[in-house]
Amino acid sequence: MRLKTRVAVAAVAVGTLLASAACTTSDNSGSTPKNVEVFTWWADGGEKAGLDGLVDQFKKDCSQYTFVNGAVAGGAGSNAKTVLAQRLTQSDPPDTFQAHAGAELTDYINAGQIEDLSQEYKDWGLTNAFPSGLISNLTVNGKIYSVPANIHRANVLWGNKTVLASAGITQNATTLDGFFADLDKLKAKNVTPLALGKDWTQLMLFESVLIADLGADKFTGLWNGSTPWNGADVTKAIGDFSKLLTYTNKDTRDTYDWTDAEKLIMTNKAGYQLMGDWEAADLDAKAFKDYNYTVFPGNTGTYQWLADSFVLPKGAKNAEGTKCWLKTVGSAAGQQAFNTKKGSIPARTDAVASAFPAYQQSAIGDWKSLKQVPSCAHGSACSQSMQGAFNTAMGKFSSDGNATALQSALATAASQFIKK
Amino acid sequence: MPRRLRQWGPGLLLLSPSLIVLAVFVYGLIGWTVNLSLQDKHNALPSEGFVGLDNYTNLFTNDISDRFTHSLRNLAVFTVVFIVGTLVMGVLWAVLLERGARAEGLFRTIYLFPMAVSFVASGVVWRWLMNSGTGDNAGGLNVIFSGLHLGFLENRWWTDPNWGMAAMALPAIWQLSGYIMALFLAGFRGIPHELREAAVMDGASTFQLYRQVLFPQLTPVALSALIILGHMSMKMFDLIMSVSGPQYLTEVPSVYIWQMLLTNDQAKAAAIAVFLLLVVAVVIVPYLVYVNRAEKRS
Repeated sequence: MRLKTRVAVAAVAVGTLLASAACTTSDNSGSTPKNVEVFTWWADGGEKAGLDGLVDQFKKDCSQYTFVNGAVAGGAGSNAKTVLAQRLTQSDPPDTFQAHAGAELTDYINAGQIEDLSQEYKDWGLTNAFPSGLISNLTVNGKIYSVPANIHRANVLWGNKTVLASAGITQNATTLDGFFADLDKLKAKNVTPLALGKDWTQLMLFESVLIADLGADKFTGLWNGSTPWNGADVTKAIGDFSKLLTYTNKDTRDTYDWTDAEKLIMTNKAGYQLMGDWEAADLDAKAFKDYNYTVFPGNTGTYQWLADSFVLPKGAKNAEGTKCWLKTVGSAAGQQAFNTKKGSIPARTDAVASAFPAYQQSAIGDWKSLKQVPSCAHGSACSQSMQGAFNTAMGKFSSDGNATALQSALATAASQFIKK
Repeated sequence: MPRRLRQWGPGLLLLSPSLIVLAVFVYGLIGWTVNLSLQDKHNALPSEGFVGLDNYTNLFTNDISDRFTHSLRNLAVFTVVFIVGTLVMGVLWAVLLERGARAEGLFRTIYLFPMAVSFVASGVVWRWLMNSGTGDNAGGLNVIFSGLHLGFLENRWWTDPNWGMAAMALPAIWQLSGYIMALFLAGFRGIPHELREAAVMDGASTFQLYRQVLFPQLTPVALSALIILGHMSMKMFDLIMSVSGPQYLTEVPSVYIWQMLLTNDQAKAAAIAVFLLLVVAVVIVPYLVYVNRAEKRS
């Protein structure tokens, strides 16, 4: 008798649990056709402020749709990219997602995961609003797959005015040789001449040296297969880069992220740092005003760009809503709202410069007039796999200084990953 | 027939859920991974065909910057330093405590406590402690050394290109020594007291007592400690990610797998995973056979 009661109670309990579980799973808040789920890694700081500005504009332009924030924080995007990869494999894409414009999209394009937006570019007049250099960098096999929300510049050299003045540097150098002379002056003053971080920041520095030694056209050729990586000019660039490394914080550069290197500048312990122009927004946010900026020596006349952009995934639940979002992202008002808060500049050439802080105003002027070159470290020139191989090669070079091994590793990676 | 069924039938029925789950989620998925490692699938598109052992041979002969052999070397240095360090510290503490220290319970707790901390949390703290700056830029342990006038001890910790992984093993040693201490303490307590008394009566010095009588009795404990530490070190991932993040200097096969999966190079990640499984199996399977035979004998 007792056993039967116990069994009966157990059965009822298990049954209730199962029923309640089944009920809760069916209460799925799936995206209704009015929601637009925007998947980014802009979860805090200036990036979130920029996203909020864009969302305000979206509410005005596309009031029939509701913005759903799908941001995933952490790891400078690596967490978000992992989640995104899983969702795409399961054919459950968000309505739109953030990706670096340019070559980094090739994996998505090859897997057939994003839609061609060439027609939308014509409809919305974006082919005229964006500079031609950008359009050609964005075009893959005659098609364009993303709408850039902003433009960041990668080859900017930031300096601590006080440290530079005390070392007797009155003008920033415009050639590599002049730069080496300035770095010697800083070394004599016992500060770190050039603050540097780990692998991808070293790749950025190496790219700037490549632009200086090869020139803009040959540099762009490195990424589409027309310039060979085992050439003599690349060997010279590696030699110059090796010399630059002797002026960096050798003990700590492999442990530093870009913000740690930035801290050396802010605490007057370093003279220069090469970093993208998001450094301006960060320095301003940390209330450090004693900085100046110039394009990296030898890079005069080039604008090394990278862009955050949005795409239309295949199988998105609310394609019309996504297109409305993309239109806002590409519109003058949307780009203005986004970029004034994020610290980058609009990709459009019709931006109103006066609404922006000082650095951005000079950048907007440069964007219209200078030659656009892509950046591997930030995805406009390289796919993710190629970036991984390059970062490993840079990390290896930082620890063993073997120039021939570096050049052959880069050449092998290029031949493996660049599909002509 | 029915009687035999009644003998082992209920037992099989009880075990069957676990057996099914094991078969599917462990052995089934291992088989799936092995199959994946034999394919040409290096992006998000479907596999482009069967390529046999190419993925494995490419790891050793065709890897850019010799990344895989470098990661194996890192793993070897880490494993050796980790195992030796943990065994030495653990056995030392076990010997000290079993000789009858006062407040033994308190010391046991203190030594065992680091094991309760997650590798991620301790990794973040040890990252700060093992700051590689020296001289004016020193932080963490380096600045403590220079403050104590022990400046010659300052070093680059895990950023050293040759022996950096030995420094990476320090947090792991700190965390697992208590566990080894507990293993050996239990082992010591399991040795019959009469053995010690007999040895002392036969005139053995303390050193001889430990070397000739007690430690030989602890061989099974040492063996199982070795196996546990060995496979733990092969799987070490979160400690390395939180101390250094993923980078060439400290890359080990498990981090390499993670990096390959991030770029959808699935066949390569599967090949490294299967290789790692084989390395661990080479160590564990003989141990399991030995234990099985020992149990059958007793």
